[in-house]
Amino acid sequence: MKTYLLPSLKISIILLVLLSGLYPLVIAGIGKFTPGHGEGETVEYKGRVVGYANIGQKFTKDQYFWSRPSAANYQADAGAGSNKGPSNPDYLKDVSARIDTFLKHNPDVKREEIPAELVTASGSGLDPDLSPAGANVQIPRIAKIRNISAAQVAKLINDNTEQPLFGLFGPPRVNVLKLNVALDELKK
Amino acid sequence: MNTEYVGIIFIYLATVALAIPLGKYIAKVFKGEKTWLDFMAPLERLIFKFSGIDPNKEMNWKQHLKALLTVNFIWLVYTFFCLLFQGKLPLNPDHNPSQTPDLAFNTALSFVTNTNLQDYSGESLATYYTQLFVLMFLHFVSAATGIAAMMVVFKAMKDKITDKLGNFWDYLVKSITRLLLPLSFVVAVILAFNGTPTSYKGKDTVIGLQGDTVHVSRGPAAAMIAIKQTGTNGGGWFGTNSAHPFENPNYVTNIVENISILLISIALVFALGYYLNKKKLAWVIFGVMTVGFLLMVFPSVTAEVGGNPAIAHMGISQPGGSMEGKEVRFGPAASAYWGITTTVTSNGSVNAMHDSMMPISGMAQMFDMMINSFYGGVGVGYLNFYIFIIIAVFISGLMVGRTPEFMGRKIEAREMKIASLIALLHPFIILVGTSLATYVLVHFPNVGWATKPSAWLNNPTYHGFTEMLYQFASSAANNGSGYAGLTANNIFWNVSTGLVIFVGRFFPIIGPVAIAGILANKKFIPESAGTLKTDTATFGIMIFAVIFIVAALSFFPALTLGPIAEHFSIK
Repeated sequence: MKTYLLPSLKISIILLVLLSGLYPLVIAGIGKFTPGHGEGETVEYKGRVVGYANIGQKFTKDQYFWSRPSAANYQADAGAGSNKGPSNPDYLKDVSARIDTFLKHNPDVKREEIPAELVTASGSGLDPDLSPAGANVQIPRIAKIRNISAAQVAKLINDNTEQPLFGLFGPPRVNVLKLNVALDELKK
Repeated sequence: MNTEYVGIIFIYLATVALAIPLGKYIAKVFKGEKTWLDFMAPLERLIFKFSGIDPNKEMNWKQHLKALLTVNFIWLVYTFFCLLFQGKLPLNPDHNPSQTPDLAFNTALSFVTNTNLQDYSGESLATYYTQLFVLMFLHFVSAATGIAAMMVVFKAMKDKITDKLGNFWDYLVKSITRLLLPLSFVVAVILAFNGTPTSYKGKDTVIGLQGDTVHVSRGPAAAMIAIKQTGTNGGGWFGTNSAHPFENPNYVTNIVENISILLISIALVFALGYYLNKKKLAWVIFGVMTVGFLLMVFPSVTAEVGGNPAIAHMGISQPGGSMEGKEVRFGPAASAYWGITTTVTSNGSVNAMHDSMMPISGMAQMFDMMINSFYGGVGVGYLNFYIFIIIAVFISGLMVGRTPEFMGRKIEAREMKIASLIALLHPFIILVGTSLATYVLVHFPNVGWATKPSAWLNNPTYHGFTEMLYQFASSAANNGSGYAGLTANNIFWNVSTGLVIFVGRFFPIIGPVAIAGILANKKFIPESAGTLKTDTATFGIMIFAVIFIVAALSFFPALTLGPIAEHFSIK
């Protein structure tokens, strides 16, 4: 056993220095040159940081585009999914209640127009995005409450839509925080 | 929707296109031939010199196992105590507490074994010290352990009658310096430029646009996430793993991370071909694994894209498929594809919550882990497959009345006993574990534990049963993904899955290494007309049949009680 014990200890120590000490330090050094300087990219409104671009936040007021339901209530230090199974009756009641709430706040929207993402919770509880459909369905409410034209809101969504990668891979998406900041900027 | 399909097809093709040259490169590294990463040689010499190791000293299979088990034991003890006292150790800007003994026991076993079942969330129950100096360290060395064990088997298959199977430390270090570290470096840089944090700063507090105060967890995550994928570890920085928008910020990172999940596992199959100069055998193995893989991908992607019938029933539209537990930036296709890739390998990272996926997906994911050798974990995936090869050779030999031989060696009673035990061990620990949990749940739902069994499950009936079955399948397969609704951070689950993880890791390493070592000592029989050919499609079908029959017969009853029953009950 002794033949192996000492080399095991020593090799662990030097690998710790290399892998756990040096490697992440080098990555942190490189990270300084990235858009968010390695600390996460932030979004500003009127010179104030209002959040992180990648971290979704809660939007429940009618004058903002709602973000998706979150099992973690958008607490960015305790993200979580609901982990409810597709057949769970309590879960299905929740979804049904969310549909009712949505219809109440969006009387101009027909039930079959509601995309499922607006009534189901994301995996991280911090989903920063909506699909274009998820944003578009909210146009009538936003336009009415902000007293702007539906076309104006639609254009805003269009401007803030990130198309699939190279137009080929993955779904299109709209960053809700950036969209809402753009909406507030429209006002002034 | 089309761009989502194109996305996952691209991910798979890119993975294979990268894996072939990488396999060739890996074979060169371990044959000691020249490669462009030879500038790492001085670093390796420094490591060996410091450790007092002669990397050229040949070991036999028993010496290999002794070295492997000794060093793993040291890591286990080190990890356990670091986690137990992490609250008092440095690099803890968020002032997170220490782990309880049972959680530390589970986490230590889980990370030493490349499993990375996480009964904790990184944001609240780990520190920057334990994330980097314990968990990420284990990401590297546990993956390297798997590759080193596999290299012993490769070497034993290569040489005629030999005791000299290379040096364990040499394999271990080169797996890191020539493969895992350079690949992780590339992936980490890509992640950093796409928004994954790299700095050592603690939580930030911001007031959002709507006026809510939020605390945002951060940390030097990019480095860890890179090796978590390339080493088929899966243990993430954040609790929700690669569903977290810092851990996997966009579709680019999703492509890169998802390629990394499969890359080395597939490359090692091709490495076998180049290393032994048996390319045809490598393609047969790759073919069998790929058929098995695709058989799981199709139903899962179809189920997720199709959406939840119970929600369709409510009259709303599901253009994005089943979205519970999924992120908009990935969509259902890429989430389902990831779910299969992460369970066929022993990775276990997730970009969507498996607990909320459709029952067909859950069944496919569990089936992957029950078979545990369609690609499989780095190194160990091939070791599992090797067991099935041995069994297939033996059965085929009996069927056609020839002496079972593999690579010029007779397979006899002793090897078959080891192979059968290892093949049966896997269903045994999964099913016994699940039965035990179910028994406790049914008969002692309100026993006075800190977490009562009646509070374990997040979902009722069939789905609840699946949560338990999944947890044990994931532990035994050293996968680490979970039906995260299960309340697993308590003594029963921490201890029971901890033990299953331990058994599920070390015996399937010891068995194949022992078989290979024993075979390498046997008389070499040159191939003749009477030899059963192992590099043919026929033999491929034979292996597939053996795998399928063993897995299906063992697990079908349990799957019936869980996902199959749930599938037929959703209206």
